[in-house]
Formats: sequence, structure tokens, C-alpha cells
Amino acid sequence: MIQPSDTTIWIVIAGMALGSFLLRFLFIGFVGSRPMPAWVLRHLRYTAVAILPALVAPLVVWPRATDGVPDLPRMAAATVTLVVGFWSKNVIAAILSGALTLALLSALTG
Amino acid sequence: MAFSTSNSFFWRGARDALPFILVAGPFGMLFGVFATEAGLDLVQTMAFSITVFAGAAQLTALQLMTEQVPTLIVLISALAVNLRVAMYSASLTPYLGQASLPMRALAAYFTVDQSYALSIIRFETDRTMTLPERMAYFLGTSGPIMPTWFGMTYLGAVLGNRVPDSFGLDFALPIAFLAMIGPMLRTPAHMIAAGAACAVALLAAGIPYNLGLIVAGLAGMIAGAQAELWFEKRKATA
Repeated sequence: MIQPSDTTIWIVIAGMALGSFLLRFLFIGFVGSRPMPAWVLRHLRYTAVAILPALVAPLVVWPRATDGVPDLPRMAAATVTLVVGFWSKNVIAAILSGALTLALLSALTG
Repeated sequence: MAFSTSNSFFWRGARDALPFILVAGPFGMLFGVFATEAGLDLVQTMAFSITVFAGAAQLTALQLMTEQVPTLIVLISALAVNLRVAMYSASLTPYLGQASLPMRALAAYFTVDQSYALSIIRFETDRTMTLPERMAYFLGTSGPIMPTWFGMTYLGAVLGNRVPDSFGLDFALPIAFLAMIGPMLRTPAHMIAAGAACAVALLAAGIPYNLGLIVAGLAGMIAGAQAELWFEKRKATA
């Protein structure tokens, strides 16, 4: 991990605080009860489910800990986490099974 | 009289939100640990949780900051993860939009997954609730969640200092994200959105300034929206 500078950290915190509040205030505060166009809502529905996988896919395929070399324990842990999360809908159970898989396989493969 | 009924609605909201302590707690702690590992001090970590109050978006910002991604891209990506709160805001407006501006601003701050999910179900099923009762219930749902979120962030930040660097934390954040993605894959359209975003993210990894993430996110959103339209059309003609 590369340590971000203090200035960067505070800019990100301030930007996130302001941005998150504006997103939450947007409709209840400014727009009122005017309806949103259907196409906007349709795209908003898929933002989180698009951005998070886009963020995580390169981290799984090219882990930074191995300098970008694909790594079986990490791939397996990622798969277990996703599958457990999908079937159980339980985020904590998914994290724990993924972490356990990574710990076991890392110990086995040394 | 109005005050006492609003009061009881506040406590009803608080009671309904109690189980969510089990979700918010571990996540707050996770953020505290990671923020400390990423080099944020205690004040920065707490300021982050208190002012932003959005787990997935906070973790996204953290991950990208440690990758030396340009600050603007960090903000755009992390706020995109949080775009769903704009949807919540839109969906709550018919129920809370008549309140005074300070109350609406307060409600906006407390608009998170849990308060939204609990409140919208309550408002839709109980049509007799008055505006003060709705507002009391909505704020009540944050009663147990907010102190849990802040307290566990603090605990995580304090414990984070004691976690050795070799503890395999490099992959803990990807695991946390994957655990959140699993339950999001509710419909085929959601799966198509996630799949398209992954594919484009891997293909676009070489684009400078981490813009590949934004391109992949947009591709996933469009894929999801188009898939939804396609499935609806197919259902209509079937």
C-alpha cells in the first residue's frame, strides 16, 4: 500500500462528505416530488453493482501482494466469498468464509 | 399529544433497526482497521465515518487512495458507489418531502441503506401515519445504527494500530467488496451489469488515471439498464 498524503486525505474526506450529502439531499431537498425520468432511475439502479465489480476484478486477477501475478489462493478466496454472499445474502458470513479460504490455502501452499 | 405519538414512533423505528447493529458494527470496524492501515490517523478516520456515513463508498475511496489514483477519480468512483442514496432520496420524497427544510436536511444526512429499507416498507404499508410520525420513525431507525457505526469505527481504528502488516490485509478489502457484491446480484440484469463491468475493467486496465474504472462502471450500468428493458419486453410479449 502507498501512503496517501495528509492533504489528499482531507480533500477526499471533504469531497466525499459534501458529495454524499448532496446526493442524499438532491431529491428530498431540491427536486421535491417531481418524478424522475424512468431512464435515469433505470441506470441508477445498476451503479453500485457495476462500479464495485469493476473496482474488484483487477485486484482479484492481478493481486498487488504478488506484484500482479495471478494467485490460486486469492482467486479461490474471491470465488468462495462471492458464492457464499450470493446464496446466503449474508455479508459477514461471506467475508469470514473468504478469509478462512485464503488463510487455509495460503498455509497449505506456503 | 402529537409529540408523544411521534415519540413512540421514534422508539418503534429504533427497535426495528436493532438487528442492523450486527451489519453496521463489523463494517464500521472493518473501515476503522483499513483506514488506519492506509495511513489515516484517528481524527481523519472518525471524520470520514461521521461526515460521510456510507460504508461501501468509504472503503472504495480508501482502496483507491492507496493506489495513488488522482483525487478527482477517487471522488467520482466512490460517489458513484453511493449514487443509490440519491434513489433513496427520490423514493422517500413523497413521504417526507413536505417537512421543513432543516428537517429534510437532517433526514438527508440519515439516508442510508438500513433507514431507507425499514422506513419505505413501513410508509407503504401504514398509510395512516402523519408527517411527524413518519419523520420520527425515519430518524428512530438511525438511533441504534449511528452510534454503532461511529463506535465501531473508533474501535477498529484503535485496534488497527496493533494489526501486524503481514496479516494478509492486502486482500481483505477485495474480500469485503466481493461479499457486498454477492447479495446485490438479485436479478439477471444485475448479474449482466456486474459481468459487463468486470470484463470492461479487465480489458481497460491500461487506460491512464484509472479512468478504466469509470468506463467499466458506465458500461456495467448501461448493460444492466438494457438487460432490464430486454427482460421486460420479453415478459410483455410472452
